[in-house]
Amino acid sequence: MDFHDSSAPGAADAIELAAAPHRPHLVVIGNGMAGCRAVEELLARDSGRYRVTIFGAEPHVNYNRIMLSPVLAGEKTFAEIVINGHDWYADNDIELIAGDPVVGIDRAAKTVTSRAGRTVGYDRLLIATGSDPFIIPVPGHDLPGVIGFRDMNDVDAMLAAAAQGGAAVVIGGGLLGLEAAHGLSLRGMKVTVLHLMPTLMERQLDEAAGWLLKQALEGRGQTILTGADTAEIYGQGKVEGVRLKDGRDIPASLVIMAVGIRPSVALARDAGLAVGRGIQVDDHMVTSDPDVLAVGECVEHDGQVYGLVAPLWEMCRALADGLVARPSGYRGSVTSTKLKVAGLDVFSAGDFSGGAGCEDIVLRDGARGIYKRVVLRENRVVGAVLYGDTADGGWYFDLLRKGDDVGDIRDVLIYGQAFASGGGRADPKAAVAALSADAEICGCNGVSKGQVVACIEAGASSLDAVRAGCKASASCGSCTGLVETLLAITLGDAVEAGPKTLCPCTSFGHDDVRREIVAQGLRSIPEVMQKLHWSTPDGCSSCRPALNYYLLCAWPGEYEDDQQSRFVNERLHANIQKDGTYSVVPRMWGGITSPKELRAIADVVEKYDAPMVKVTGGQRLDIFGIRKEDLPAVWADLNAAGMVSGHAYGKALRTVKTCVGSEWCRFGTQDSTGLGVRIEKMSWGSWMPHKFKIAVSGCPRNCAEATIKDFGVVCVESGYELHVGGNGGIKVRATDLLCKVATEAEAEEHCAAFIQLYREEARYLERTAPWIERVGLDTIKARVVEDDAGRAALAERFLFSQRFSQADPWADRAAGHDREHHAPMARFTPQEEMA
Amino acid sequence: MIGDWLDIGWLDEIPVRGSRTVQVAGGDDVAVFRTGDNRVFALADRCPHKHGRLSQGIVHGNTVACPLHNWRIALATGEAQGADKGCTPVVPVKVSGGRVLICRASTLKAAA
Repeated sequence: MDFHDSSAPGAADAIELAAAPHRPHLVVIGNGMAGCRAVEELLARDSGRYRVTIFGAEPHVNYNRIMLSPVLAGEKTFAEIVINGHDWYADNDIELIAGDPVVGIDRAAKTVTSRAGRTVGYDRLLIATGSDPFIIPVPGHDLPGVIGFRDMNDVDAMLAAAAQGGAAVVIGGGLLGLEAAHGLSLRGMKVTVLHLMPTLMERQLDEAAGWLLKQALEGRGQTILTGADTAEIYGQGKVEGVRLKDGRDIPASLVIMAVGIRPSVALARDAGLAVGRGIQVDDHMVTSDPDVLAVGECVEHDGQVYGLVAPLWEMCRALADGLVARPSGYRGSVTSTKLKVAGLDVFSAGDFSGGAGCEDIVLRDGARGIYKRVVLRENRVVGAVLYGDTADGGWYFDLLRKGDDVGDIRDVLIYGQAFASGGGRADPKAAVAALSADAEICGCNGVSKGQVVACIEAGASSLDAVRAGCKASASCGSCTGLVETLLAITLGDAVEAGPKTLCPCTSFGHDDVRREIVAQGLRSIPEVMQKLHWSTPDGCSSCRPALNYYLLCAWPGEYEDDQQSRFVNERLHANIQKDGTYSVVPRMWGGITSPKELRAIADVVEKYDAPMVKVTGGQRLDIFGIRKEDLPAVWADLNAAGMVSGHAYGKALRTVKTCVGSEWCRFGTQDSTGLGVRIEKMSWGSWMPHKFKIAVSGCPRNCAEATIKDFGVVCVESGYELHVGGNGGIKVRATDLLCKVATEAEAEEHCAAFIQLYREEARYLERTAPWIERVGLDTIKARVVEDDAGRAALAERFLFSQRFSQADPWADRAAGHDREHHAPMARFTPQEEMA
Repeated sequence: MIGDWLDIGWLDEIPVRGSRTVQVAGGDDVAVFRTGDNRVFALADRCPHKHGRLSQGIVHGNTVACPLHNWRIALATGEAQGADKGCTPVVPVKVSGGRVLICRASTLKAAA
């Protein structure tokens, strides 16, 4: 049969092909980590073999369930934990039916039926229903406000409850419970953890490590009650608290049930499949019905059920191998747990219960909060527990799985791989190189060292390329260091150093962000963060001031400055000092002052009791010890004498320092003070990537020290030498000579053009000295000296932006604007209790 | 009558991603923070490091960056984040009918 219509365009052909009835139909029940991973494994082997339909109970695409904790804690957004977005389903021609769970399987008719009544036929059925939270059947367990911690819905419910504040009780001190408690605590709730057993996480940690964990969590403000047996959850119409069997009563508006999970087997049982603790499967993940497979937390293999992610990856590989007729078989998993609970590293693997025939090697470093225990049987590692330093977890796990005899390194085993491989603190690269090919690198995505190396050898030469190619380090990022080491080992010097990002909130560098602001016409900080996929809800103290500056520079007169993204000095227009008072520097044009100004400054010093006045390096007077509340009044007094803000607090033009020049000095060649004043009047108030200092010297004796300024003018008989990129700070750098010009007007135009080029192209917090060293003096000369039209355009853009920045910020505040920055919200004078 | 909670003003008086202070006679100020998603927290206005005024820092996510040395302090717990160690006293706060209330006893303790 030919069902191609030869007249149809190519795109339509592809759609026809995809719907071809010859391909067997694989229906997957479960859109979670196991179901989608199984499909991914299948597609990787033979993308055309099956037509795939996936049913999901949740109204979402496939996301990483183990990353729900960072979402709860506010470290990640939902978008960041999506594993496969809608495009993956579309690209692979997978039909996703989300938000409509399957409620029945008819094995005789080979169909499944959804809650909405949709009936779909299958050739092969894959059950990946995962597990359900176990709700202990105490009185009140069904009250509103009692939830599990299993899906995005639960996280949303917790966030809504946390927004109301108050107290939460978490029942269950296992991994899930502690992560819920940590997140809720970060969200501002008062959290009590109830754990039935005497120590926390007893399935993963031994008693000593559990105790250390409890101490650390209590130190962070959580209440941890062990041996706590819940009698009832009480409340009128909603949760009001939890009562323990010993009579203790803990009020709470939210109760998280995290006592454990159970394989979700109801659907399989109703369909008559063999079910024990989970859905029983053979080594190829086939159930008691040869056309029905099952994978993930819902299955029981060889008497074992698993609740961790690593076995799931192994099952999916075996399943896909079976479905494409090269069966490999699943042999069960040895599991290890490496996690961060509330920022604390814990690791465990294998059997650490000890007992007959077992020997323990233990290392404790109380001061550093480190505990390590390796359990041996007949000189082979059978278990390990690490707390506080889990760097060697992978190595112990590797030894455990291989079952090698460790007799010859037994005396140094506990000190870790670097020590045991000889040579004390060995090269960390050697440790990674020594890992076997099947050692797991990325726990989130189940990627082995061999797979990472294969990905690199196939052409991935940067961290981003590895992330895109094999997903290693693409989720929580804790294995980023390992992946980078593998890049270095595999490629040597050929590794591409990714551009340094603006801050950890983004994967973009400064230059990328600036380019995109202009290219996409982004006009506010939230818009930049949205469009450029910021990983934090509202940035950090590094990126917010940078973005505020970039937007201000890109859209002069349009962009509204965000005060909350400014460092305190720029928000308060004064310099914060270590005792919390401020210093105030009024502008003195070119360093010239008058009796009236000096009198006003003297009056301010006396009136506000300022403890010190200091002459600054930039030829200004700095008044110290002004209280935040007094700043507006101080500024009003200085304004009255005609003085404006000196911007000694800003990433802005600071001062133009001058010498007296030809007006007084017998060596002076030009009017350096006059030129200095004119340059300062032109450039004051402009925001810059960093502070910017100018000086004008009247002769080559250079008394104004113009050759260590960002822009310096040295007057000579025949005109003006213009110097750039000097710095008198930590690393002294003398200026480079930019050019020589004949007139004051040319000097001013070059100055404006240079400032604007710096404003538009330097990175935030980059002074002119490192900027010039980065881009090269020749680039600057080409733009500012050799290109007359370009220079004129730069200068024009600078003067245009100056039209919006030369309003005195002090005058605004003195007039009462932004009072909230200066006045306390309330004053509280405690009264003694009345008898 | 002395209540358990001090009414310090309207929520709207605190800038979003910003902070205001409550002066406490004879003690340190209390800093009251409002986050980007409109949650309110209060801490002693004193960084555990060099006593910088946290109220003057940049508020981002659930943290504030101290203006003196950029230590990041968690608003909910007062704990220094990252590699830094230290803790600032937390003052319980609640918003009721648009008014912000802080715990009287904790305010006295934090200011001391």
